[in-house]
Amino acid sequence: MHLSDSDLQAIWLTIRLASIVTLILLLVGTPIAWWLARTKAWWKGPIGAVVALPLVLPPSVLGFYLLLGMGPNGPVGHLTEALGIGLLPFTFWGLVVASVFYSLPFMVQPLQSAFESIGERPLEAAATLRASPLDAFFTVALPLAWPGFLSASILTFAHTVGEFGVVLMIGGNIPGETRVASVQIYDHVEALEYMQAHNLAAVMLVFSFVVLLSIYAWRPTPKRGV
Amino acid sequence: MNQMKILLLVCALVLAVPARAEKITVAAAADLKFAMDEIVTSFKQANVGDEVEVIYGSSGKFHTQIQQGAPYDLYFSADIAFPRALAKAGLAASEVRPYAFGRIVLWSATMDATQMTLESLLDDKITRLAIANPRHAPYGKRAEEALRAAGLWEKVESKLVYGENIAHTAQFVQSGNAQAGIIALALAVNPELAGKGGYWLIPDKLHEPLEQGFIITKRAEGSALAKRFAGYMGSKPARAVMTKYGFVLPGEGADSE
Repeated sequence: MHLSDSDLQAIWLTIRLASIVTLILLLVGTPIAWWLARTKAWWKGPIGAVVALPLVLPPSVLGFYLLLGMGPNGPVGHLTEALGIGLLPFTFWGLVVASVFYSLPFMVQPLQSAFESIGERPLEAAATLRASPLDAFFTVALPLAWPGFLSASILTFAHTVGEFGVVLMIGGNIPGETRVASVQIYDHVEALEYMQAHNLAAVMLVFSFVVLLSIYAWRPTPKRGV
Repeated sequence: MNQMKILLLVCALVLAVPARAEKITVAAAADLKFAMDEIVTSFKQANVGDEVEVIYGSSGKFHTQIQQGAPYDLYFSADIAFPRALAKAGLAASEVRPYAFGRIVLWSATMDATQMTLESLLDDKITRLAIANPRHAPYGKRAEEALRAAGLWEKVESKLVYGENIAHTAQFVQSGNAQAGIIALALAVNPELAGKGGYWLIPDKLHEPLEQGFIITKRAEGSALAKRFAGYMGSKPARAVMTKYGFVLPGEGADSE
């Protein structure tokens, strides 16, 4: 099997994108998931629905709004230009921003259910031992929820790797910048280079299977909360 | 029980496909977007009851899909080489008919492109230049050829963003995300796009001709409607629409038989 330099470049770019997005979502998604798991506010429902939107929205809808929103006439575009960053479409960081939205539910939802399954009691116990809420989070909730973090991170990473429609709409297909593996495969197919498409597609197929296998194999049997 | 009745009624309505005369599906290159819409409208006016559905996309993609048995009855490609390859593979039910030559233009939605030339692309104000992907989009190939012929390819390569097809490329420019783009004349003359910025016709000596061709596909071999529509492409009204959208018509060959 032979992967060309541009294939390897696309794979590397994809890994870089998925890693950065996973890290950002760990930081952003954790507080959101924590809040969703613990709050009794009436707007828990609306916020939860907004977080879950990318699950059901066609990527073209997301890509369309991101393209307009981050463009020179969009609100995000105005902001990034005022900050001197320039415009985000057709850049790597534009893809990062888009992917953070696109993969948000894949981070938040597993974390939320992990936090919910901890229940109130361990945290109440921590509170009676005079642990501050922040303390309790780091010393009690985090260790108990680690399998949730693991599967949330793997799912987020894998889902970002599998992104196609959004990238197509806002990426502009620039080598080394926005031409990720899924787009590269599409290009191979369009250019009738089926052999090259096969090679890269096989890599993606094996990768995806291994990722899912690792989640199913490592998922610990639920014994917590007794 | 009432709900059940309503549900059944809805099902019946959905399933009751009206028995129509005939229907064809046309796969057309994205540069035909506006021209083909008009041609189909006038064809339907002249042939009441016939259904013609058009799907727009990249010529290369349609080529692949037809190879894999896609249900298209006619295939209009921006590059005549694609239908020729299909005909060679025995997937055509007609000879390959050239129907037009395409032209490329420099277009901007934010600047006055009528005052531009290819050299203007070196301007620092243009940070992004959109072209169709030269690897598989015929208009992208010609854009690359023109930029190379003008000796500008290396200088503007870092500004390039690639659209999936020519309509996608135009959309990058229309949304302002790319300040300029090289698109099909047929798209640039449409009022929706022509109202902004204007365009500059790129001299056709800078690139190979964009010869476009169509075929009736194998699956539509017995379709009278497909044949009639193919014939209509050579008719006066259809040719007038094509000319209006900036296509150069082949002197002969596209005439109705």
